[in-house]
Amino acid sequence: MTHKEVIKRDEVVVKFVGDSGDGMQLTGTLFSDTSALDGNDIATFPDYPAEIRAPHNTVAGVSGFQVHIGKHIYSSGDEADVLVAMNPASLNSNLKWVKKGGIIIIDADTFSSEAIEKAGYTANPLEDNSLSSYNLIKAPVTSMTMEAVKDIFTDKKSAEKCRNMFALGMIFFIFGKSLEHTDAYLEKKFKKNPAVVEANKAVIRAGYNFCENTDVLEAQFQVETAEITKGKYRNITGNIATAWGLLAAAEKAGLKLFLGSYPITPATDILVELAKHKSLGARVFQAEDEIAGICSAIGAAFAGSLACTSTSGPGLSLKSEAIGLAVMTELPLVIVDVQRGGPSTGLPTKTEQSDLAQALFGRNGEAPCIVIAASSSANCFDWAFEAARLALEHMTPCILLTDGYLGNGSQLFRIPKMADLPQIHPPFAKENDPEYMPYRRNPETLVREWAVPGMEGLRHRIGGLEKTNGKGAVSTDNNNHQLMTTYRKEKVERIANRIPDQKVMGAEDAELLVIGWGGTQGALKLAVQEMQNEGKSIAFTHFNYIMPLPKNTGDILKRHKKTVVCELNMGQFVNYLRMNFEGINFRQYNKVQGLPFVVSELKNCFNQILEEK
Amino acid sequence: MIEHSTVELTRADFASDQMVKWCPGCGDHSILASILGVFPKIGYKKENFCMVSGIGCSSRFPYYVNTYGFHSIHGRAAAIATGIKISNPNLSVWINSGDGDAMAIGGNHFIHLIRRNMDVNYILFNNQIYGLTKGQYSPTTKQGQITKTSPFGVIDYPFNPGELVIGSRGTFFARAVDNQPKTLVEVCEHMAAHDGTSVVEVLQNCVIFNNGTHAEVTDKEVREERQLWLKHGEPMIFGKNRDKGIVLNGTKLEVVTIGENGITEKDILVHDETTENTGIHMMLAQMRPPHFPMAFGVIRAYKQPTYKQLFEHQMEDAQKDAKIKCVDDLLNSGDTWIVE
Repeated sequence: MTHKEVIKRDEVVVKFVGDSGDGMQLTGTLFSDTSALDGNDIATFPDYPAEIRAPHNTVAGVSGFQVHIGKHIYSSGDEADVLVAMNPASLNSNLKWVKKGGIIIIDADTFSSEAIEKAGYTANPLEDNSLSSYNLIKAPVTSMTMEAVKDIFTDKKSAEKCRNMFALGMIFFIFGKSLEHTDAYLEKKFKKNPAVVEANKAVIRAGYNFCENTDVLEAQFQVETAEITKGKYRNITGNIATAWGLLAAAEKAGLKLFLGSYPITPATDILVELAKHKSLGARVFQAEDEIAGICSAIGAAFAGSLACTSTSGPGLSLKSEAIGLAVMTELPLVIVDVQRGGPSTGLPTKTEQSDLAQALFGRNGEAPCIVIAASSSANCFDWAFEAARLALEHMTPCILLTDGYLGNGSQLFRIPKMADLPQIHPPFAKENDPEYMPYRRNPETLVREWAVPGMEGLRHRIGGLEKTNGKGAVSTDNNNHQLMTTYRKEKVERIANRIPDQKVMGAEDAELLVIGWGGTQGALKLAVQEMQNEGKSIAFTHFNYIMPLPKNTGDILKRHKKTVVCELNMGQFVNYLRMNFEGINFRQYNKVQGLPFVVSELKNCFNQILEEK
Repeated sequence: MIEHSTVELTRADFASDQMVKWCPGCGDHSILASILGVFPKIGYKKENFCMVSGIGCSSRFPYYVNTYGFHSIHGRAAAIATGIKISNPNLSVWINSGDGDAMAIGGNHFIHLIRRNMDVNYILFNNQIYGLTKGQYSPTTKQGQITKTSPFGVIDYPFNPGELVIGSRGTFFARAVDNQPKTLVEVCEHMAAHDGTSVVEVLQNCVIFNNGTHAEVTDKEVREERQLWLKHGEPMIFGKNRDKGIVLNGTKLEVVTIGENGITEKDILVHDETTENTGIHMMLAQMRPPHFPMAFGVIRAYKQPTYKQLFEHQMEDAQKDAKIKCVDDLLNSGDTWIVE
C-alpha cells in the first residue's frame, strides 16, 4: 500500500463516459447517490445519444453521466476534474470537456488500433503526447475485471458487463467514499442472481484496491460536504419531481390526479413515474397520440379531476388546438413541456429553451394561458405544484416549462412535509344552486365556477364555440365576443395580484442586471456570484412566472444601467420583455447547442458588457 | 355503478331550451327524438348522462339534450370522452359524431377507443358527406360521386363503418336508420345495456347536400326487400313475404328463397350476436344491394372485460396492499437521509 496525500476541494466534477450499454448512467448514479449520502451537495446530468445502441465503439454511441459534488452546488458543472472514459470514442468526444491538468482514467485494454481508428483518431492518443497536459491513468480495466470474476463467470460477456464497476471502484477510492450504498443497491437489484451480486462486488473492490495499492495516483480528494438547511433529503430528477409535485397538488386539492400522455423524449419519465402510483389514486392513461393525451385530460378536467398532460416540443405543437379548447371552456389543465432542441424532431435528447414563444403564443385566436417555468431539477416539484394550484384556482390551462437538462438531471431535494404545503381550493359550484350559470364569474378574479358531471342541478353544456357571458349559450354576438375575449385575458393577467414579487440578487444600483428564466438558473447564479465576489457591479434576477409576469418586473428592469437576457434560444424571452417594457435596451446572450450554459462563457460575456462604455 | 334516478323521468326532463338549428327535414331531428325517448327508459339520474361531440352538424347534438355536455373540437370527441369516463366511471357517456368527424380527422381516436373497449356509447351519424362545410366528400362517400371537392367523381374507396369497428376489435356494432325511429330506439337501448364501446351507425339523410344517399335501402318501397333486421337467436329472414333468407355456402353468405330448390327455414343461418368469432359479423356488415340486403339491428354484441373493469380492478389491487398510501409516504420512500 502506498501512502496518499489528501487534497481538500470545495467541489469537483466527475464525468463517466463510455459506449451506450457500458452502464455509465448507473455508474454515475451510484457515485452521486453515495456522495449525497456522504453529505455532499450534488447535481447530475446524463448525456446520452438519441440512438438506443449506436454502432459499437463509435462517437455516435457515446453515453455519459456527469456528477457535480461539493459544498454548494447549483448546476451539474462545467468542465470535468475527472473523466472516466471506457473506450477511445468516448475519450475523443469528451476530451474538450476536461479541465487542463484534470485526471483522465481510461480503460487501456480498449485502445486497440481498430477501436482507435473507429473512434476517429488518426494516431493513438496514448502515444502521441496529445494528453500530456492531463493526469492520465491507464488502467487495464477489462483484463482486471476478467481476472476478478474468473471464478464466478465462465463467459466473457457476463464478465465484461462488470467493467463499469471497476471504474466506479477506482472513483470511490479517489474520493474516499464507502462501498456500503453500492453493495446494498446490488444486493437488492440482483436479489435473484447472487452470482451477479458477487461478481460486481468483487470488481468494485478490484478497482478500489488497484488505486490504493499501486502508485497510479498520488493523492486522494476530500470534497467538502454541503452547507445546506437541516432536514431530510433525497436525490431526485426533475421529471420525478414534476410527477410528485402533481401528486402532491392532487392530494392538497382533494382531487383525483389524471394524466393523459404519450411517450416522448425527454418527458416520458413523468408518464412512467405516475403510472406506478395507482395506490395514490393516479389515473394514468397512455393515449394513442399527443392530441388524445391532452384531449383525454380536458375530458378529465370537465369531469372534475386535476387533469394533466406531459410532453416535449413537437408534442406541444400537436396539442395547440386542444389548449385553445381548454382556454375557451375555461377548464383547469396542467401542460408540462420538457423542452428539447427544436424545431421539428430537432435534438430529442439535448436541452433547449426554445418552446417559450410557442407556449405564450402558439394558438389560434386570442388564447392566453398561464406560463411558468421550473429552474432546478428539485424545484420542478414546487413548480408542478404551483402549476396545478394556479390552473385549479383560476380555471385555466397552465403550461409548465421544464427542459431536458432539468428533467433528466438530478439534485438534492429537501423532502417537504405535506402539512406545510398550501391547501388548494378549486372554485366548485354548489349543487342545486338555482343561480348557477356556466360563465358566472368571481368579480375579483374573473374565475368561473366548476360544475362537474354528476353534480345535481347544474347540468350545462360547454364547448369550443364562443358562449354568452354568464349563461353560456352559443353566441356569435360581436360585443359578447369582445367581452369574453377581454375576460379571458384579464383573468390570466389578474393572477399577477396573487403571485410573489420578483426578487433580485445583488445591489439595486448594480451596473449590469443579468436576467434569466427557467432551467439556466444554476449556471447564471454561479457566474454572477463569482463576479460579485470579484467586486463587479452585477446583479441577477431569474424568472419562474412568465405569463403573467410579477407586478414589479418593470421597476426592476428599469433601475439598472445595463441589462442582459440569457437564454438557450435565439431570444424568445428578451423579445417578450421588449414587447412588454418599452425603452429598455436589452442585450442578449443566446446559445443553441443542445447544451446548458457554462459559467466561463457567461462570465466572459458579462465582463465584456461591463467593459463597454 | 351508475346511479339510477329515484323518480321516473320523461323526455321532458331531457329536452333543452335551445333552439334546434338543423335544417328542416334533416335526419338528425329524428335521432334526437329517439334519444330523448331512450334516456328516460335507461333510467339513470339526469346528472349522470354526459354527451360529448366533435365538430359537424351532428356534433351540435349535446346542446339539444339537457344533460352535461361537451361540444369539443373536430375529431376529438372519443379522446375527450375517454378522459371523462376514466375520471368518473360512474357516468353514462355518449358520443355523437359524423362520418368525417369519426373516420377522417378523428380516425385514430375512433379505432383506439374501440380497441380499448372503453365503456361509452357511440352514435355515428353517417350521411356520407361533409354537411356543415357545405358538401365535400367524406370517408364514406360512394366512389364516383360528384361533390364540391370531387368535380370529376370521388376516386377514394369508402370506409364501411362496420368493417372498421369490427376490425378494431369492436365488441358492439349495430346499424339503424334515421327515419325508422322505433327500431332506432330499440338499438339504442340495446347499446346502452352493452358493457364496452357500443357503436351504432345511423344511416342519416342530409337533405341539402346528399339527399337520398341511402334511398336504395331506406325508401319505403324497397325497405322490406333490402333490409335484413337481425335478431339474436333468430333466422336471418327478410323480404315482403318473409320468404328470403341468408345461408352460408362454403365460406360465403348467399341469399336464398325459402321454398325454392328444397330450401326450408331450417337451412337459414341463425344470428348469433354474442360469438367472439368476427367472420359472420364482418360478412353481415359488408352485405349491400344489389346482391344482398343490408343488415340492420345488432350485428355484434360480444362480451369482453371493458376498459373500466380492467382499470378499476388494477386500481383496487394496487390500493389493497400498498405500502405508499399518501404523498408523505412517497416522498419519504427509498433512499433518504437526514442532514443535522
